[in-house]
Amino acid sequence: MPNILALIETTPAGSLATSAASTLAAAAAVGTPIAVVVVAPGEGKGLADDLGALGAQQVVIAECADVATALVTPAVTALDAAIDAHSPLAVVVPNSVDGREVAGRLAVRRGTTVLADVVETSTGANGIVATHSIFGGMYTTQSEVAGGLAILTIRQGAGGERPAAAKPTTSTISVSVDAGSTATIESVEMLPSDSLRPDLRAAERVVAGGRGLQSEEKFVLVEELADTLGAAVGASRAAVDSGFVGASTQVGQTGVTVSPQLYIALGISGAIQHRAGMQTSGTIVAINKDPDAAIFGVSDFGIVGDVFSVVPQLISAIESRR
Amino acid sequence: MKIVVLMKQVPDTWGDRKLDASTGWVDRSATDTVIDEINERAIEAALTTADEQGGSDVIVVTMSPDDVSESLKKALAMGCDSAIHVRDDALAGADSAKTAAVLSAVIRPLGADLVFAGNESTDGRGGVVPSMIAEHLGVPHLGMLGDISFSDGRIHGIRRIDGGSQRVHAPVPAVVSVNESNPDARFPSFKGIMGAKKKPITVMTLGELELDIPAGSSRVLSTVERPARAAGTVVTDDGTAADKLADFLVTNRLI
Repeated sequence: MPNILALIETTPAGSLATSAASTLAAAAAVGTPIAVVVVAPGEGKGLADDLGALGAQQVVIAECADVATALVTPAVTALDAAIDAHSPLAVVVPNSVDGREVAGRLAVRRGTTVLADVVETSTGANGIVATHSIFGGMYTTQSEVAGGLAILTIRQGAGGERPAAAKPTTSTISVSVDAGSTATIESVEMLPSDSLRPDLRAAERVVAGGRGLQSEEKFVLVEELADTLGAAVGASRAAVDSGFVGASTQVGQTGVTVSPQLYIALGISGAIQHRAGMQTSGTIVAINKDPDAAIFGVSDFGIVGDVFSVVPQLISAIESRR
Repeated sequence: MKIVVLMKQVPDTWGDRKLDASTGWVDRSATDTVIDEINERAIEAALTTADEQGGSDVIVVTMSPDDVSESLKKALAMGCDSAIHVRDDALAGADSAKTAAVLSAVIRPLGADLVFAGNESTDGRGGVVPSMIAEHLGVPHLGMLGDISFSDGRIHGIRRIDGGSQRVHAPVPAVVSVNESNPDARFPSFKGIMGAKKKPITVMTLGELELDIPAGSSRVLSTVERPARAAGTVVTDDGTAADKLADFLVTNRLI
C-alpha cells in the first residue's frame, strides 16, 4: 500500500479537530495513512492514541516554536519535510480555511496542483482518483493529477468508510518557518461551541431557518426544533445577513454545503444559491407560507403554512410519537 | 502604493449552471457571465485602501480565453486605474496551478505592494489560487480576511476560520483574499463610467509572460449530471399538517 500523508488540524485547546476523521478516512481508502500534526514543542504527546483510534498507521509530530503565531506556513513546511521522508502517493488535507491555504502553497512548492473539495478517494489506473460534487451536487466529476504529486483537500464530514483503529508508530520532527513570507496571528477567538448540538457539516439532521423567522429572538424556534431532533442548526444567507444568526451557520453557495439524511427548511424561500448547499440531502422538508416558494420544488414533504404555528405543533407531535 | 486586484468572470449563480460533459469544464455559454460577487468586494477593498493611502495605482488583472471587456470596464468605472487581460485560447480549462502561475507571472513584474483577491470563486470553489500566488511571489498571505485596514506598512484584518476568528497582520508586499463580510461594491458613478473609456486595457498572450507552470496538472476523468430532484407532497396547513409531517418522518425512519 502506498503512503498517504494526512494533515491533521487541532483545536486551540490542543485536541484533534473534527475534520481529522474524514481526512484520515480519505487517506485510508487509498493507502497507508500517515498523520502529520503540527504542535508547539512538547505538546503532541497525547495525540498519537487519538489518531490511532481514527486509523492512522504512523504519526509524525512536527514541533514548531511559532505554531501559535505563524499563519499556515508551519503546516506547509511540515508536509514538505514529510513528503521527502515518506515519498507519499498523495497528500490529503481538510478542506478548511487553513487547509486550503496549506494545499495551495504546498502545491507550488512541489510543482503540482490541487484537487479541491474532494468527497471520495479511490485508486485508478494512474494513481489516486478524486470524486467531486459540483454546483451543489448537480454534477459528480472524477479527476486525477498527471505529472505530479496528488494534493487533495477533503470535504469535512465527507462520507467514506471509517478505517479500523491502529497502533501507530510515532516520530517527531522539528520545523521552522520563513518569517518573510509568513503572516502573524495576533489573537484567536473561538465561538462558543454548542457541544450539545452536532457539527453542521457532519450532522445527520439539519434544521435551517430563513428570512421567514423574522428576528434573532424568533430564530430560537429553529433551535428548539433542532434540539428536539438532535439536529444541527443551519440558516439561509438572508437570515445571516439580517443578523438572526452567525455566519458559521450559513448553508449554500457561499456557505457550508451539507448532505444530511434529513434537512428541514423553515421560512426559507429556496433561492438557487441556497439549494446549491443542501439539495443532495436525503430527505428535504420545507415549511413556508408562500405556496410558490422555490424550496417546494426540491422538497419531499412541504407544508404551506406559518412556521410559528406549525413548528410548535410539530415539536409536540414528534415528542408524542416517542 | 501599487495595488493589484484579481477578477474572475463566472456563470451567474442566479441561473442554472452547467458543466460540459465532454471536458468536465464549466460551460460558460450556458448562462450569462458576470464579475464574481466576491471579486466585487475585493475591488471595493482595493479601492478603499487606495483611497485611504492616496496616490495609489489600482490595476485589475484577469485571465480568460473569452472577451471579458464589459466586466473590466465595470471595474474601471468603479475606480480601478488600468486593466490587464491575459487572453489566450491555451487558458481554456486551466486548473488552479496553471491559473496561479499565469497570474503570478503578470503580477511579479508590476511590483505590487498588495494583491487583493476573492477567497473563492462561485464556480470553482477551490479557494487555493490566492495562497498559490503568495507562494509564487514569496510573500505572506492573509486569507479569508474582513475588517481590513492598512497602517504602519502592514495590512491588518480579522480572518474568519472554521469555528472562530483570528486577528492577523502581515507586512507588505502581501496577498489578501477577502471574505463575504467585506462591504458591497460601490456603484460606478456617471463620471466614473465616462472616465473608464479613457483608461488603458492591456491584452496579453501567454507568450508575453515569463511562465513557471508546475509539471503536475489536474485532469477531469468523468462528468455525470445528477437527475433533477422531483418535488414531493405539498400540503396546505389546516391545523393537521404538523401531525402529517410527524407521521411522514416516522414512516421514513427519520426520527
